[in-house]
This record gives sequence, C-alpha cells and structure tokens, in this order.
Amino acid sequence: MNSASDVLVIGAGVIGAATAYFATQQGLTVTVLDKGLPASGTSSACEGNILVSDKELGPELELTRYSLGVWHGDLAEHRRLWEFESKGGIIVASRESSLASLNRVMAAQARYGVVVEKLDPDTLRNAEPNITPDALGGARYPEDCQVQPMLVAAHLVRLATDAGARFVADTPVTGFLRSGDRITGVRTPRGDFSAGSVVNCTGTWAGELAALAGVNVPVLPRRGFVMVTEPLPPMVHHKVYAAEYIDNVGSSDAGLQASPVVEGTPSGTILIGSTRERVGFDGTVSTNALRLLAGNAVALFPFLEHVKAIRHYHGFRPYCPDHLPVIGHDERAPGLWHAAGHEGAGIGLSAGTGKLLAQALSGQAPDLDLSPFAPARFGERKENSTTHREEATA
Amino acid sequence: MTPIVSADVAVVGAGPAGLAAAVAAAESGAAVVLVDAGAQPGGQFWRHRPETVAPEQDGRGHHGWPTYLDLRARFDAARGRGRITYLPGLQVWMAQQIHPVQGDDGGFTLRTTPTAAVAALEASVGSQTVVARRLVLGPGGYDRQLPVPGWDLPGVMAAGGIQAFIKANGILPGQRFVIAGTGPFLLPVAANIAEAGGKVLAVLESSSPTAWLPHLRAAAGVPEKALEGAEYAAVFARHRVPYRTRTIVTEVLGTDHVSGVKTAKVDAGGRVRPGTERVYEDVDVVGFGWGFTPQMELPLSFGIQTRLDADGSLVGVVDERQQSSVPGLFLAGEVTGVGGATLAVLEGLAAGTAAAGGTVSPEKTAARHRRFAEAMHLAHPVPPAWQDWLAPETIVCRCEEVTARQLTDARESLGARDARTLKSFTRAGMGWCQGRVCGFAAACLGAGPGSAPTVESLSGSAKRPLAAPVGIGELAALETSDN
Repeated sequence: MNSASDVLVIGAGVIGAATAYFATQQGLTVTVLDKGLPASGTSSACEGNILVSDKELGPELELTRYSLGVWHGDLAEHRRLWEFESKGGIIVASRESSLASLNRVMAAQARYGVVVEKLDPDTLRNAEPNITPDALGGARYPEDCQVQPMLVAAHLVRLATDAGARFVADTPVTGFLRSGDRITGVRTPRGDFSAGSVVNCTGTWAGELAALAGVNVPVLPRRGFVMVTEPLPPMVHHKVYAAEYIDNVGSSDAGLQASPVVEGTPSGTILIGSTRERVGFDGTVSTNALRLLAGNAVALFPFLEHVKAIRHYHGFRPYCPDHLPVIGHDERAPGLWHAAGHEGAGIGLSAGTGKLLAQALSGQAPDLDLSPFAPARFGERKENSTTHREEATA
Repeated sequence: MTPIVSADVAVVGAGPAGLAAAVAAAESGAAVVLVDAGAQPGGQFWRHRPETVAPEQDGRGHHGWPTYLDLRARFDAARGRGRITYLPGLQVWMAQQIHPVQGDDGGFTLRTTPTAAVAALEASVGSQTVVARRLVLGPGGYDRQLPVPGWDLPGVMAAGGIQAFIKANGILPGQRFVIAGTGPFLLPVAANIAEAGGKVLAVLESSSPTAWLPHLRAAAGVPEKALEGAEYAAVFARHRVPYRTRTIVTEVLGTDHVSGVKTAKVDAGGRVRPGTERVYEDVDVVGFGWGFTPQMELPLSFGIQTRLDADGSLVGVVDERQQSSVPGLFLAGEVTGVGGATLAVLEGLAAGTAAAGGTVSPEKTAARHRRFAEAMHLAHPVPPAWQDWLAPETIVCRCEEVTARQLTDARESLGARDARTLKSFTRAGMGWCQGRVCGFAAACLGAGPGSAPTVESLSGSAKRPLAAPVGIGELAALETSDN
C-alpha cells in the first residue's frame, strides 16, 4: 500500500495537472497517477486554445470567463513557462448569411460582458492583411489567448510536486477500493493508492474509469485533425476562423465537419484546424479530413495554396452528449469526483476547473456554482441505468 | 483530380533494394510501378551524374557497379516490355492500406507529390496516385547523426552527404576534410574524397579494430569486405590519410564556418581520456557518420511489427520472403536492418519475387551478409557515453534550435522520458526535417545518460503522418473517394 493522500488525481493531462496544482495550493496532500507520461492524451493533440469567442451563452461561458480570470490571476506569474500569448481571435464572415449570424452572436456575447469589436472589411484587412478578398467583415475578440498545452500540463504537475504532491507515471488504474459504498482509493499494478477523494481527470477515458466505479459518465471521443505548415515569416497574426465554426462547435452531428481555424505560432508554422467527427477512437488518417481542412484554409487565406504541410496530428476531444463538462463530486459513488468532458475547450477551462474543484475538495463553497456540471445529471448508478434502459426498450 | 496508376506490385525506392525488387517482380510476371524520389534509378548508393549530361559512366568511386549495370539493363528491358511503369521525381506523402472486402484481397494506395529538387530541374510528371495489390518498400536510410558542440556550423555535413555530393556532381564540397564517427562507411567516403583530389586530414573512428576480434567468423563469411578494406588501406596509404581509432571530434571550431576540429581519444565506453586533446586547423568540411537510420515512416504508417536491430535502430520485422506483419506488404533493404547494398539487392530480389507470387528459396548469401552486418554493428556501436560530449548549450535539434540543456531539463523536471514527450515539451523534431536528423539523439537524451532508446521511443519519433511535405493546394484538390 502506498501512503494515503487527501486527494488522488487520476490523469496528468491539463485538467488533472490543474486540479493537482490548485489542490496543493489549498494545502491538501495530493498524489497524481497517469497510465503514461504527463500530457500524453488530448492535451498533447490540440491547439492550446483559451477561447471566449466560440462559447455559447450559459454555464460554459460562465466557466470560461472565470477560467480566464484564473489564467490572468493565480497563474499569471507562470505564463512564460507555457508560452501564454494574448493573440486575440478574429471571426471572419464571407457570406451575407454568416455575417448576419455573427452579428447576432456578437450582440448577445457583448451583453454577457465578452469583449468583442466589430470589424468592417478595411479594419479586418488591417488586422489580417492576407485574408481572403471575399471577406465581408468580422469580429475581434481580444480576450482569446493561446498556450502551449503540453507545457501547461507538465509544468503544473511539476509545480504541484514542488509543493509536495507526488506524481507516479506509467500507473494505470485497474479498480477502485471501497469501504461500504464509499470510494477510498484505487488499485494499480504498482499497488493500491488510498485517498480521501479520488478525482477522475482521464479525459476521453473518463467514461471507462467511471464504469469501473459503477457509475455512468458518458464521455465520448470526437476526433479532430490539425494540419501544420512549413515555418514561414508572420502571415497570420490572430487565431482566425470562419463564422461557421461556431455552429460546428455546438453540433452533435456525427459526420465529418470542418471549419477553417488558421493561426500562426511563435515558431513560424501555421496551424490549420480543425475537423470534428464521431468515429470512436479510430486513428486512421482520413484523406477527406485533410482535403476539407486544406480547402477551407485556402478559402480563408489564399496564399496557403502554395505553402507545404509538413505534418498533421489528430486528437480525441472528450465530450458529453449535452456538450457540458462533468465537474464535481459524484454522489452516486461517494468519494469519487470527476473533472472531464471539456470537449475542445479543456485547455482554456482547465485553470478554472482546477481551482473550483480544489475549493470544493477542501470543503469550501466554490467561487462558481458547479451544479450545471454535476455528474448526477447522467442518472442513477450504471447498473441501474442499464436496467432502466433495458426495461424501457422492452 | 490526381491521375491513378494501377499495378500488381508497387515498389517505393529505386536504390539497390527497390531496383532489385522491381526487376524481380517484373521478371516474375507482375505489372510493376516503381516510385522514386530521385531523377534516375540508383538511389543514394548508386547515385551518379545525370545521364542526360553524362550518358556513359564508368562507375568510378562506386561499389557493385556491375550489379547496378545488370539490374539497370533488366530494368530497362522490363520497361521496354511495358512491365514496369517508372515514376521518378515523386515522393510518397501518404501510404494507405485498402482493406479487403469480400472476394477481393485489398491492396495499397500511395499518394505522391513531386520532389522539390527534381521538380525544379525538369518538367515533372506531376502528382500520381498509385494503387497496387502488393507493396514493396525499399526507402533506404540516411546517416545517423550525433550532436557535438559546433556541429551546427556551415561546413559540417553527413558523411553520406559528402559522398552523394561527389557522386552527383563530380566535384568536392570543400578542400580539407576531417571524417569522423564510426563504422566501415567512413572509409569509402574518405577514399572518394582523396581520389577526387581532396585532402583528408584524418579519419577518426570512435571504435577500435580489436572490437572485431569476437566477430571474426562472421567477418570471414564475407571475404569481399576484407578485399574492400584492403583497397581502402591502399588508397589511404597512397594519399597519406591518417586513420585514428578510439578518437572522436569533441568540438567543431569556427565562427561562421568550420575552421577546425578539436579531437580526443576515448575509452571503450566513449569517455574522453583527459590529456589526449588535439586540434586540427584549416579544416573546411567535417563529415560525420554514426551508422544509418532506416527511413521508417512509410512502414510505420501501416502499424507493422518492429524491433531494435543490433545497431539500436528501429527496423521492421519480416519473414524469409521479406513480408512484414501486414500481409501483402514487403520490406527490403535498410528498413529490415542496416546491412549494405549487397544484402539490400538480395532482399529486394526476394521481396519482388514474393510480391509477384513467385517462390523464394532461402538465401545462404543473404544470411552470411546479415551475420556480417550484425558483427559490424557490434564492433562499431554508438559510444554509450556520447551524451557526455555535449555542452549544455549544444544545439540538438537544428530546425527548432533546441539545446541539450532544454532536453535534459525536460527529462529531469518534467518527466519527458521518450522522444514523443520530449518533442511535445521542447519542439525538438517539430521543424522542417521532422526529427529525421535529431530523432535518434533526442530519444537517447530522453532515455538518459548511457541508456539506449526503446522501440516505443524510436517509433514515437519516427512516425510521421505526412511522410513528405505536400502542398496545401494539392491536398485541397484530393478526390473524395475514400473512407
């Protein structure tokens, strides 16, 4: 048996890392387990977005705004460790219909305190000189930021261990320890780890881990491809995406969708994202996905036609059917907590999620109401819910 | 819409392995497509001056030139009969398996794009999509590099790069050379330089001739290698080329170009022996060769079974017919284990015959060459202590300018123990060359001082979802037929 801790965080991706970091800041003793190395899942296969611009009104926008405050507040002193960049986002509309939708979204977001600035074709071209001549207008979101996500996860784990946390790599969880109904720890090939609270931060694997504890947490993978160009002199200055992107983020369509998201990076490469498909954990390269990404990117920035792609990568966004993350204590399995299912927004939301969860774990009322994210919204314990479904079908 | 070329057997690479495979498959009755990045057959090993400029070439400076001429004649004959479609100047950027459906046993698709250098030289054939029932991959390898202080100065080349330069251009890339690293390949490079009129100040071999003693049986099995060795000894004597063993370059000197090297003697583990330092001045080219890295991105893209070879390289596992763990996918040459051109030809002949459905009999010659290659790898290892030669500020990844300190910090404080995680945390291997140059070194640094990288770490660094850069405009024009 390994020594017991107050909090046992499962998963050293960006969510687990932030949870561990803020839990140690609360004075809790923390152990972090990962089945591999830090940041080896979705955190290493994304774009590092901290976006306000693509959020729908509601609990996710609240969490986003709170999280942004944490990035600029509690975590500000470490920003250079993870290449924090306040680059700002620009949404571009190239059709009258999408310009009209964009204007509606902007107005609603502004009412909720999102900083957004309308761009006419001239100001748009000043901000992004290489944008397509078809662009009719756009919106600038100066609050949108970017980080290097793997460095966020790795440094938050390191800062947590500097503050006394213990990190154990290559340690998959094979089962839960219980005392009566209560979860008291986990079983692993390296022995048992016991803790007052166990936090499931396993991203796309959160559903599997929850199932080991007998609870239903429907986190599913949604595949995305991102293409990377050869290094170039600065050609794209913001995170630039097309107005249709907003519709795709909230969509539940299983088919392949791609909306252009184009951004320059400090190293000179340009990232071209991103597709959304529900194909399980299938990692097969899809030429359709590459074709869509390329075509959309060229439509937004015509110069890209003559630029070479040097690699692409894909990741699996962990999403819940209602497109809200699962954050908080699972009353169906006392002692088990979840922080997962942040879909494509996990990097941005990690800071807020970790801080709020640490508050709740140490018995305080969190700064933001977590009830919209409550795990119990997915119904009874797994065995029961399965039974219910079977009865319903019969 | 990209034109589609169909065949029974597709072969990638026109070096010793691929050329032999294409010839054997065609002679076994298959319709063959040969895709190659070069402008003319031969690969790196038989790279020669443009045939348009010099139609008659005597093969000076080449080994096995008669073998090339024989394969080339058979290749030209098969092309003449319409059995081989030859697609030069194309790189495969993606290879995919077509999964079998009922009544059909599947096959392979290769998506190609013109090679930049070849496209610039002449009218290129343009991108092609190749579809074939069987696939033979003979992509070869490239010089394995280890960073040392100053290795990022202009004038530092891969040993093989110097040789390719001479073979392709007939002239030298400089006047005064130091060749360093390990393995028999340093010898022909130095000999080629000397024969072409260059001054080789020294050949520095980190290993020792006595390292061969335990492997004399394997060496004796391939007597022609001893003859080659004698030829080099004669060339070295004629041109007064000093050959120093247990010696390494500890630093390349110069401000904006190579001007000299600092060397030292090392012990059997590669640790520098204090007091043995020496400086060579007036050097304008330094050539490094630490063995070869097989070009594994295409084999890995099929998820084949891999293993570590005796030289620490990641290679594909094949059966006696050169078939990989993926049915219908055959590998030949360095991707099954670095073993030189003679072995590559034998493997290519077997792979091509098998891919065409012919019978392959066990090859005694190939077995002898494999034993020799293994002995060579064991006698010329990458010195275990090589990481000690690095200064903290030595650049390891030249594309992204990542230093040794950044990599060891990422390992020690952020837990990055494999090449993939190191790449994530430091950008080592994310630049233009996609880790082809620094991948092995970075994987060693992830493993830690004195340790060798694992299969998993090397696979993580060698997987390249785009096997070659491809134009975004070209991707946008892809057809929509698949998945």
